[in-house]
Amino acid sequence: MKIFNLTRANDPAQAIAASAKARTAQQGADIRFIAGGTTLIDLMKLNVERPAMLIDINSLSLDKIEAAPDGGLTIGAGVRNTDLAHHSVVRQNYRVLSEAILSGASVQLRNMATTAGNLLQRTRCMYFRATDMPCNKREPGSGCAAINGANRSLAVLGTSEHCIATNPSDMCVAMAALEAVIHVRGSKGERAIPFADFHLLPGDTPQRETVLEPGDLITHVTLPPPAPGNRSLYLKLRDRASYEFALASAAVVITKADGKITRARIALGGVGTKPWRSMEAEAELINHAATEPVFRKAADAALRDARPQSQNGFKIELAKRCLVHALKLVTQAPND
Amino acid sequence: MTASAASSSSKVTDSDAAPVTLKVNGKHYDLRIDPRTTLLDCLREHLHLTGSKKGCDHGQCGACTVHVNGRRVNSCLCLAAMQEGAEITTIEGIGQPENLHAVQAAFVAHDAYQCGYCTPGQIMSAVALLKEPCGPDDEEVKEFMSGNICRCGAYPNIVAAIQAVRQKDKREG
Repeated sequence: MKIFNLTRANDPAQAIAASAKARTAQQGADIRFIAGGTTLIDLMKLNVERPAMLIDINSLSLDKIEAAPDGGLTIGAGVRNTDLAHHSVVRQNYRVLSEAILSGASVQLRNMATTAGNLLQRTRCMYFRATDMPCNKREPGSGCAAINGANRSLAVLGTSEHCIATNPSDMCVAMAALEAVIHVRGSKGERAIPFADFHLLPGDTPQRETVLEPGDLITHVTLPPPAPGNRSLYLKLRDRASYEFALASAAVVITKADGKITRARIALGGVGTKPWRSMEAEAELINHAATEPVFRKAADAALRDARPQSQNGFKIELAKRCLVHALKLVTQAPND
Repeated sequence: MTASAASSSSKVTDSDAAPVTLKVNGKHYDLRIDPRTTLLDCLREHLHLTGSKKGCDHGQCGACTVHVNGRRVNSCLCLAAMQEGAEITTIEGIGQPENLHAVQAAFVAHDAYQCGYCTPGQIMSAVALLKEPCGPDDEEVKEFMSGNICRCGAYPNIVAAIQAVRQKDKREG
């Protein structure tokens, strides 16, 4: 691990001013915020991340969950995954988020990991994590060893000829379906970023994963008020029953009236280069009866643009079945 | 396929070392440490509390599990210099050979280990689990314990030991 300076920020302005001096807020950042450290320390041990300065932001009091004036929820950037998943309002009104978080990692990691850290969780692509292999995300221009390599767990949606790395987060899939908004404070003031605009597709710049710039500090995430009468659910399919990343997952938020679906929010995990909201699937569900043929059409629509690699073609059908099953469960079973 | 960590390590000078006071098992330690030192390495190499084990060193195996402010964490992914003011509890602070914690006694009674390398982490997780919102069934215990890997495969007896403690706690209210 490369040596670094460790400083503790006592207020957000100080943290922002210090990090604004970074050359980039993306891969290769020379200055990094640290909170839970579960991704960052891991990658620093692998020399994938080599910051010269770490700014400890655990003293910034960003760890509160509060009711928002509009009936939604405000989640501090530093709220630990455990606290978010077990919060009574989240369990009651945003069940998909609680289920997604609890399906990821282990209790130990969820006790450490924060909301903002999870938004910035890095891919588990083995070539990204191995500095002796080519990887356009880690070393732009070096090539992608995953294409034609060990790509069984990698993405089929949103890929490019430069990168097929999967976004590994479960929390983000639920937040995509809940249409969360990410609030950032930077050197130029504050801004609110809709969830769908926060993560970037790899394109020809896979080293850029989000819209964050040097100095940007995620302060909180807001969830809109829960859609009246909705039921939500997170279904995750993986190689082990616990403590494993998704091969495919689905976050579904559905409102039904008189047997018809009146509102649908769908996001997929484990298959996309970013948390994958599928408006195509939603369009196939709206104003249709909650039946398996309709679910299947929605799943086909969600995966229509999927591009398989040499080893991960099975994910396309797996993701479809995952979504169909999630929709069956959420529309048929009582939600509590 | 691991990275060549040694190739890019840099030298540490005294000026790189940061002062930190750690509170471990109720005792204060004033230290000067390289900021790269993880809590796990600090416990083992500086404080000679070698009960916490290094397995994967990447937060995947749970052998390094300790409690920070009453919650279980992977000490291999914590920087020691960030733990100023925290209450840290290791396996050495849970029980002693002549005065075992109920979970330790249950691990002995149920033969919940073979080589023993993962056991301190398993016990630290199990002790934490007793106060976590874990459901009553074996399946839920397995889920809550999935962050602790046992390559000997002592899982059935680990679950039995934990359930025995929980049932005893329930009986005694």
